[in-house]
Amino acid sequence: MAKILLEMKNITKTFPGVKALDNVNFQVEEGEIHALVGENGAGKSTLMNVLSGIYPYGTYEGDIVYNGQVCKFSNIKDSEKLGIVIIHQELALVPEMTIGENMYLGNERGKKFAIDWNTTYAEADKYLRMVGLEESSKVQVKTIGTGKQQLVEIAKALAKQAKLLILDEPTSSLNEEDSRALLDLMLGFKKQGMTMIIITHKLNEVAYVADKITVVRDGATIETIDNHGPEPVSEERIIKGMVGREMTNRFPPREGVKIGDILMEVDHWTVHHPLYPERKVVDDVSINVRKGEVVGIYGLMGAGRTELAMSIFGQSYGVNFSGELKIDGKPVKMKKSVTDAIKHRIAYVTEDRKGNGLVLSQSIRVNTSLANLDEISTNTVIDQDKEYAVAEEYRKKLSIKTPSVEQLVGNLSGGNQQKVLLAKWMFAEPDIMILDEPTRGIDVGAKYEIYCIINDLAAQGKCVVMISSELPEVLGMSDRIYIMNEGKMVGEMKASEATQENIMAAILRSGRGA
Amino acid sequence: MKASKVSSFFQKYTMVLALVLVTAFFAWQSGGKSLLPANINSLISQNGYVFVLASGMLLCILTGGNIDLSVGSVICFTAAVGCVMMQAGINMWLAVAAMLLIGLAVGAFQGFWIAKLHVPPFIATLSGMYAFRGFSNIVLQGYQVSINNEAFLNIFGGGANCYVPDFIRSMTGAEGKFNLTCMVVGVVAALIFAALTVRRIMVQKRLGIHQSIPAQLATTGIICAVVVWLAWKLANFKGIPTVLIWIALVLLVYNYVTTKTAIGRHLYAVGGNEKATALSGVNTRNVFWFAYANIGMLAGLAGVLVAARAKGIDPTYGEGYEMDAIAACFIGGASAYGGIGKVSGMIIGATLMGVINQGMRIMSVDANYQKVVKGIVLLVAVMFDVLSKKQKR
Repeated sequence: MAKILLEMKNITKTFPGVKALDNVNFQVEEGEIHALVGENGAGKSTLMNVLSGIYPYGTYEGDIVYNGQVCKFSNIKDSEKLGIVIIHQELALVPEMTIGENMYLGNERGKKFAIDWNTTYAEADKYLRMVGLEESSKVQVKTIGTGKQQLVEIAKALAKQAKLLILDEPTSSLNEEDSRALLDLMLGFKKQGMTMIIITHKLNEVAYVADKITVVRDGATIETIDNHGPEPVSEERIIKGMVGREMTNRFPPREGVKIGDILMEVDHWTVHHPLYPERKVVDDVSINVRKGEVVGIYGLMGAGRTELAMSIFGQSYGVNFSGELKIDGKPVKMKKSVTDAIKHRIAYVTEDRKGNGLVLSQSIRVNTSLANLDEISTNTVIDQDKEYAVAEEYRKKLSIKTPSVEQLVGNLSGGNQQKVLLAKWMFAEPDIMILDEPTRGIDVGAKYEIYCIINDLAAQGKCVVMISSELPEVLGMSDRIYIMNEGKMVGEMKASEATQENIMAAILRSGRGA
Repeated sequence: MKASKVSSFFQKYTMVLALVLVTAFFAWQSGGKSLLPANINSLISQNGYVFVLASGMLLCILTGGNIDLSVGSVICFTAAVGCVMMQAGINMWLAVAAMLLIGLAVGAFQGFWIAKLHVPPFIATLSGMYAFRGFSNIVLQGYQVSINNEAFLNIFGGGANCYVPDFIRSMTGAEGKFNLTCMVVGVVAALIFAALTVRRIMVQKRLGIHQSIPAQLATTGIICAVVVWLAWKLANFKGIPTVLIWIALVLLVYNYVTTKTAIGRHLYAVGGNEKATALSGVNTRNVFWFAYANIGMLAGLAGVLVAARAKGIDPTYGEGYEMDAIAACFIGGASAYGGIGKVSGMIIGATLMGVINQGMRIMSVDANYQKVVKGIVLLVAVMFDVLSKKQKR
């Protein structure tokens, strides 16, 4: 049996009013990749923050034993000195600075008042090659893509002489290709003896990369699953541990599907990039949606799906539009105005709920009514009783878990935030709802509830356009699927004909053709 | 649980407690002088412009911590135009209307650059601060201009007779100096406020909104007590200063705008998340425009009050007034990042600054040290705010 590198014993961490971690025990062997899975709010990130010293010694109970020694970290620097390096979910790079400057930020080479830039860039380049990046470390971070930025983060961690690397959702903003590359890189590091902990929601990745899987639920470690068997651990097996019950159906059945006439038609739609107007982001795309239908749009990151949706939604993205938008068979001359789009009963539920969707500093009530204040006000004076009643109605309808609709949205979990965002747009009473990655970053249970809401909307005769980069979700939810790649529509198939293979094949075919 | 309740109480009412403590401190140090009716009266009269300006400033700050540096100069400019007009014998109401309209035009002009051309508010209004200081000087030709229009002074809070006449006493013909009108108005205002609270609580019950009823009653009780106490103090002096009517009007209107109207909601939403607000169908640029046009108009009104109180204007008036308004908002709990802040908090902030200023003046603290103390108060207040938010996380 390998040496135990890290042991966290009986860790208990309380925040005012909540016990975030309750007697957690967690062991990591040297040289393994250990996955930490659990629903949002289960306590994974809290546990890692305790480990890395973000919550200093004394603010929690229990012991951290690392390399046989009890550790008392008072800040991140302490843990990094021992080689425990955490890479957070949100990239922590300064876009205006070069890769090299970023990698040694706070860890500068040379003397305090005389940074040795030659060593900095030489060493930075060395680590960049280790993570498989060809870029020079003198390039500004903003000029490289998200996938590469994630690799820079890893190089930065390596530069700190990491022995235990913690990756918090490293692939959440990467497309499949980049994700796979990153996981393979991790497997490569493992061969060289590095120990890693990965936190992720993507269970296929867990099965692919992890040696052991520890499931966290409600602030406690439930079980540790060994992934050394001949067959990789099934996703169902992990989900069972996460939600504490068997999830037989990950997607609710569509019942009483009644698909009506075409409501929205988009013809030869072309949109150019706002900063580089010569670049086509959406290129001659035509789609249509029928009443009561769930249409999936699948594509890899950067395929132009979000850009398509936002340009339909009152031209809120892009420049130099061409093409035609028809609603109910009639061409619509839409101005560059979201208000106009809402008037035409279109809603766009953003993929970026914190950045573009919700006002986190305001209550559920205020967020719910924001897109349709006219409905609850007379002569621009808001009827707060009515507003409260509306928010309360949607809280019940979507089972948003909160003591009151006066709760600030920023205090809710990801899944509940997503429901508030849905509530806001449902209250705007659209006929056409474009949902952009409606289940990104939320846990399995909440996903199921969102799927039920989507089915309800379709059953009410609304058109639902669901953009997603999760293939099983697109396959499980849609009646019809459009496939986009590099701004073009490269395929359309009925759900009954679609499989993972022929969708990927459509994308690959278009890639070769271009 | 109990401990967390106590700490959340302290977090919520830090500034109210600070105001009580500071008031008590100065009352003790000055041997009760600071609470004499005459001093209460001058506290209100002297700070009239702060309340008016801070109401406008709050809206700007809500949009994302944006401030308006030009208002001090705009006050001087509008007042200069108004004074020159009145001296030329133009009707006072025409002059007042002109002052408000000029303020509005200036605000709309600056708002245009900010909203439509994306000039950072700091810079757009900094240029306004210089430019309108210059214009004031040009209009006044460097001289002081005084006002001798008695009606103007009486209505806008200047001179010796700027009080609401005690018509109740003159109607009843009773003897004495105690101002009955003032007392009656105070009591009626308190009763109306109490009635509104009761109605609100009843609505909450009907809708099943869970809000602590004792806490609401206690808050209302305290506010009513303060109003009645204030009325009693003022009744013992010369009655309601006319400037108080303007202050009350502005505060009521802006409290209503921020809490009950769609534009108020848009201000909070833009400050909280501008992109999300734009994608909700709100024309966010117009929200900025509104905030800056509005503060321009309020600067015009403040110009009216300042001119009346000083019985005239000279080219240096209004310098630094923008900072008083900004400080009042931040001490009152407005977020420097926007989206958070209330008129009620701003009132506490402005009053706290006023009490400190006056207390130090009564104790004859050196003017330079007064500024140091003001600076420290601002820093400490915002620090409390930041710390209490940090604890919540």
